[in-house]
Amino acid sequence: MSIRPEFALYLLVMAGVTYLVRMIPLVLFKEKIKNRFVLSFLYYVPYAVLSAMVFPAIFYASGNVIAAAVGFIVAVVTAFFGKGLTTVAACSCVSVLVTELIIKYLI
Amino acid sequence: MQIQNSFRKGLLDGIPIGIGYLSVSFAFGIMAVTCGLSPLEALLISMTNLTSAGQLAGAPIIAAGGSLVELAMTQLIINLRYSLMSVALSQKLDYKAKWPHRFLIAFGNTDEIFAVSTSNDGHITQRYFYGLMLIPWIGWSSGTIIGALAGAALPDVITSSLGVAIYAMLIAVVVPKAKTHLPTALCVLVSITLACLFRYLPALSSFSEKYGGFVIIICAVVASLIFAVLCPVKEEKEGEV
Repeated sequence: MSIRPEFALYLLVMAGVTYLVRMIPLVLFKEKIKNRFVLSFLYYVPYAVLSAMVFPAIFYASGNVIAAAVGFIVAVVTAFFGKGLTTVAACSCVSVLVTELIIKYLI
Repeated sequence: MQIQNSFRKGLLDGIPIGIGYLSVSFAFGIMAVTCGLSPLEALLISMTNLTSAGQLAGAPIIAAGGSLVELAMTQLIINLRYSLMSVALSQKLDYKAKWPHRFLIAFGNTDEIFAVSTSNDGHITQRYFYGLMLIPWIGWSSGTIIGALAGAALPDVITSSLGVAIYAMLIAVVVPKAKTHLPTALCVLVSITLACLFRYLPALSSFSEKYGGFVIIICAVVASLIFAVLCPVKEEKEGEV
């Protein structure tokens, strides 16, 4: 195990920003935010961020684009029917595994 | 006003989150090592950050030796949602909770922990929240180091299928909201359309290869601005974030 020297700086910046984003509002905000535009923007940000992170990157997250696409569809469908985070992740992984095995040994 | 002050109740509520985190961070550990970080580095990132989406975007930037500004901006935008949750949590928390407690509590404010803490009636105390964040933190850290070390020992086909785990978890956060709120679904579509343009348009793809983190920021901010103007959310929606 090793830590590159420059890694410490990266870690400090990454953990520092992540922490400050959580800490500052919790310590400072006791009043409610009133501006509707700001609130609406903040409401949409998480969903826009997460979807831009997932799509299209998920198609390159496994060894095979077709298998990853199957995993994506399974995740969307299971999430649509209200399954929890762990169930969705497990179903998606298993479907990718099965698809990869099929492609490898049967086709 | 009812107050939830039980450390033990917090621990119990945190168990399902911890199990979920264990499996997802296992995949993060594998991914971090695959993109060039050492197992110890992956563990340190998980112990100090405790955030799936941010780490997923940050690890490749660190491994590739990206700029600190890019890393900081990526974490800021991806984790901006925690600010909203912290604002909501500041209302949920017992008013008697002093600053030192607020500094500690802030560290454990993840999507899932936040969701469970707000599911309590009335206010919560720092005692409850410490119980709630403990097992998820242990699960997230231990899953990372197990994945980082065991990843190499597993067959390729297993590690490769685990690569989608974190993405699937993020999908599980987005889809239920998009299903019940049409503007959210449209905002998601705009955001992924922009992400695809950056990835596949030849003019943009070289920029996107170099500055993947900025691409996510640009897509998310543009899509969110459009929908904040076109479809501002009502009062009750804001509280749900």
